[in-house]
Amino acid sequence: MNPMPTSYLWFIPLLPFAGFLINGTLGRKLPRTTVSAVALFFTALPAALVAWLWATMCSAGASGVIETISRPWIAITDFTVDFTLTVDHLTLIMLTVVTGVGFLIHIYSVGYMAHEEGYWRFFAYLNLFMFFMSVLVLASNFLLLFVGWEGVGLASYLLIGFYFKKKSAADAGKKAFIVNRIGDFGFLLAMFLLIVHFGSLSFSQVFDTVAQHPGWQAQGAHFLPAICLLLILGAAGKSAQIPLYIWLPDAMEGPTPVSALIHAATMVTAGVYMVARCHVLFNSSPLALSVVATIGAATAIFAASIGMVQHDIKRVLAYSTISQLGYMFLACGVGAYAAGIFHLLTHAFFKALLFLAAGSVIHALSGEQDMRKMGGLRTRTPITFWTMSAGVFAIAGIPPFAGFFSKDEILYRAFTSPNPLHIALWLVGLLTAGMTSFYMFRLWFKTFFGESRIDQHGDGQHSVHESSWIMLLPLVILAILSVVGGWVGIPAALGGNNAFEHFLDPVFSNPAAEAAVSTTGHGLELILAAISVLVAALGFCFAYVFYYKKPGTANAIAQRNRPAYAILSNKYWVDEFYNIYLVTPLLMFTRGIMELIFERGVVNGSGRAAGTTVRGFAWLTRAQISGNIRSYAGWLAIGAAVVMAVMIFGSSLWAHL
Amino acid sequence: MNIDHIILTLIVFVPLAGALLLALLPDRGKTMQWAALAVTLFTFLLTLHLPFHYSYASPSGVFQFEQNLPWIASPVIRYHLGVDGLSMWLMVLTGLLAPLGVLISWRAIDSRKKLFYVLFLLQQVAMMGIFVSLDLFLYYAFWEMSLIPMAILISTFGRTKRRRLAAIKYFLYAFIPSALLLVAMLWVYAKTGTFDLPKLADLAAQHAISPSSSALWIASLGFLLAFSVKIPVFPLHGWLVDAICEAPTAAVMVLAGKTALYSILRFSFAIFPEQSHRIAPLMIALAVIGIVYGSLLALVQNDLKQLAAYSTLGHLSFITLGIFTFTIAGLDGGIYQILNHGISGGAFFMLLGLLYERYGTYDIREYGGLAQKLPWIVTLYAITTLSIIGLPMLNSFVGEFLILSGSMQSPFAHRHILTALATTGVILSAAYMMRMLQRVFYCDLGSKPQAVAGWDLDTREHLALWPLVALFLAMGLAPSIWTRAIDTYGTAVNAAVLSPATPTTLQVTSLQTTTGGAR
Repeated sequence: MNPMPTSYLWFIPLLPFAGFLINGTLGRKLPRTTVSAVALFFTALPAALVAWLWATMCSAGASGVIETISRPWIAITDFTVDFTLTVDHLTLIMLTVVTGVGFLIHIYSVGYMAHEEGYWRFFAYLNLFMFFMSVLVLASNFLLLFVGWEGVGLASYLLIGFYFKKKSAADAGKKAFIVNRIGDFGFLLAMFLLIVHFGSLSFSQVFDTVAQHPGWQAQGAHFLPAICLLLILGAAGKSAQIPLYIWLPDAMEGPTPVSALIHAATMVTAGVYMVARCHVLFNSSPLALSVVATIGAATAIFAASIGMVQHDIKRVLAYSTISQLGYMFLACGVGAYAAGIFHLLTHAFFKALLFLAAGSVIHALSGEQDMRKMGGLRTRTPITFWTMSAGVFAIAGIPPFAGFFSKDEILYRAFTSPNPLHIALWLVGLLTAGMTSFYMFRLWFKTFFGESRIDQHGDGQHSVHESSWIMLLPLVILAILSVVGGWVGIPAALGGNNAFEHFLDPVFSNPAAEAAVSTTGHGLELILAAISVLVAALGFCFAYVFYYKKPGTANAIAQRNRPAYAILSNKYWVDEFYNIYLVTPLLMFTRGIMELIFERGVVNGSGRAAGTTVRGFAWLTRAQISGNIRSYAGWLAIGAAVVMAVMIFGSSLWAHL
Repeated sequence: MNIDHIILTLIVFVPLAGALLLALLPDRGKTMQWAALAVTLFTFLLTLHLPFHYSYASPSGVFQFEQNLPWIASPVIRYHLGVDGLSMWLMVLTGLLAPLGVLISWRAIDSRKKLFYVLFLLQQVAMMGIFVSLDLFLYYAFWEMSLIPMAILISTFGRTKRRRLAAIKYFLYAFIPSALLLVAMLWVYAKTGTFDLPKLADLAAQHAISPSSSALWIASLGFLLAFSVKIPVFPLHGWLVDAICEAPTAAVMVLAGKTALYSILRFSFAIFPEQSHRIAPLMIALAVIGIVYGSLLALVQNDLKQLAAYSTLGHLSFITLGIFTFTIAGLDGGIYQILNHGISGGAFFMLLGLLYERYGTYDIREYGGLAQKLPWIVTLYAITTLSIIGLPMLNSFVGEFLILSGSMQSPFAHRHILTALATTGVILSAAYMMRMLQRVFYCDLGSKPQAVAGWDLDTREHLALWPLVALFLAMGLAPSIWTRAIDTYGTAVNAAVLSPATPTTLQVTSLQTTTGGAR
């Protein structure tokens, strides 16, 4: 096959944008089939282009990096930013996830949204998202990445608030946007510092400069850690990490395909991608790496603990997403970027699958999301059940499903990392793995097994149905990927050759880390793998006992440990904490001190005082206005004399002031 | 025909002739609207002559389309007009906003139309005059002239009973510092014998205006104060909220920012480079406070116009911050942002006016759920919101990004903290604009939309708004079209004011000691 011309890279983002323009402007008047045809066509083509790109980049002798010609965007003296797209192996993986999973979810949406109002709007926004997400991963500089970064935030805002008549949806959209802006605040400041210290925002220039100055770290150049920490703030916003994760659970207000695409598979992984992309910067700052690892581990276990007690099926998956993103951060933080991206890839498969399957369940139950009102769906929605099972086993880390290999790689790399906290990080990761397995099997048992708890009234019972094939087809494909997707990265210890990591070697090559790993040998790796499988099995057993064998047990335990249960079910009161200690005081301060006292009192008060003074002067003047022309002339003469005097003697007057 | 040498005169006086024409025409039917539209469109076409015939290669300091005629022999006042990279696009912007202002007032102003459009055109004359005058005296005439039509527009066409108060406040705030400005200008003339700006700039570069640094300081403050009130800079914004709340939409679009920011760049920086640089830390601090203060207050307003007024304060403070960093990025971004604020803020005020025309209120609490009824209006509101909060690929992002990156590069103390504080404006502006969007357009129908039918955009309103949306995109994606001219100016100011700063300070101090000793 011929290699792909580099200029075709532009079509990967621009085709979905064309789809957005068509559906966004004409969609209201087009029939639904046309709308979906347009949306699918303009996402299928980029997926095909990415396949071509694979062929091009994997052919013998292909260069590891492809770059388009630059077109200037911002160009002023001493500072330029270009529109340039670039592809390396990391971008290739990301593009595959974005266009591939994106296309599957577009197909699914045609079925899922079939009966919704605003069908055209949904697909227009979805295509807009694909545009920005492609820009994000194809960007060759920080600012272009930021274009995609903010753009996917916009698409997310629009899609979370898709049902804008619902107050909760509109609120959730707003919250997502503003919390993400807090992260962007960090990202922007990081870019300003980059401009100050590197004079450029181009990835290659910045990273080459850092690589050429290995002494910076030793000399204690404090700007590198500062830039990294600010970038972490940005990543924490987009990838829903502590302390900015609070928007993601609320984002579940959006339609389920949106949760699958944006809030699980692609957009929320942008932070991980960014950290991996900037690995040269992060490697230069051990402090920043430790922060990434700590945030990741803390978020992983924190979100998992909340996920164990949620009743809303989508919320469980939302907290699970936060927790899994924590794993990816943990991987990056211990320098195992390839492992982080590997988990990103497998997670995209199984989490998209889980969300879509959950959507199929919700669809079958006509909108019910509460797991307490599900149960026994195994026989009624068999295909959904089997595909979702693949996802559940994958995320729980049961070999040989996809999640096992990627998660295990992260745990192993955490254990062997030179980070002083490495054992603690590994332990937290392991504990989280057990909790993950527990809450996922809890979801599985509550939804598909046991007695049906579906509301009896109305025809709810009657209409429970398996979804149409247009929704099931993506489920089946993703289920297959959730099973086999991890096999690309089977480590040497388990008889594979770690193909995935080697594929990313040109991007992340870090001889020091590799040397550290190779000294430990396979024995340790096998032991660790066995431990984590054991923990996953333990999670399964608990879930089996609590929610299948003796369904009352969980409630009984919750009753016995009320305070602990209250903490978890109220999500540690973090939202409330932010409201009471940050938002409310800020608004009270603004209303009370700034508006009432300063604005009304000082600013407007001084204006009023000036007005009164002038009125006083006017009164004085009026006393002088006699109607006598000669007196006017006199005043005029005096005035002129004063001005003259000022002009002549002014300098000496002022000189003595 | 080559009209390069009279184009500026034409641009200034066509609206004036138009005003006279309107005064003579009978105020019947839609005569006034059509006539005003024709005049402003023609003026806009004239301003478009500038970017197409501008010589982008020529260095800054060289004025183009110049016209320099003697006017009054003594004192020496010349009719000296010219534009450079700083003013050229401001002319086009002013030219563009005028016909849009006419379109948006088409139905909103239904009585005393003649007065309205005549004043509106006079206001345009004054603004154009400000941007092209290179003679201090001539400039001052236009500067003062810009006050009066606006004050009358506010007091006559204001929305509530408070319009008189708002007009008086506006006038006093602008007039008193302007008197100081006049004194300072006369002092400059007394010292140098010229009102001519290029000459004064040369003298200033040679430190030849006055040996007395304290006198220079006082004169520079006279300039700066007059301009700062008019921008406005925190805490001199007492007039802004009332004026914005009262003034009709077309007047609000040109009310704040542009002329005063331009004047600082043109006059303060040229005549008092040293003093402007020395006072920059104060101005930067005030600008940063203005950003945070304006944005926070916008967050708690329940009146759409007040929200927009505080948002204006915040966004103008960004520009003040940018130009006083004296970095190339800050200056370029600041000047670019004047244009952006003109069109984004203009679009926002136009949209607010549309809502008021339909529902007769600016109270957020009476709105809600409009998205169900007015799909076009909500689309335009959303796009304008995105422009105002600085979404990348739209216009304001480029300006704000350059400003803030310039602020990070500035040579002044505490730049990291100040830049971080200013950048919180990015979060806060998203917060108040998103809150506005949600309260007005989402959730359930509010009380007003339930009671009043309302209607979506008509053709005239589409025509008034879509050009601005097109500009949002063009200016966000291809800013070089505009920054090409601006950059020559920004680079020159940066080079002139910043680099010789330390030696100049020494020089002036030594001069002062010598004069002191001689005395």
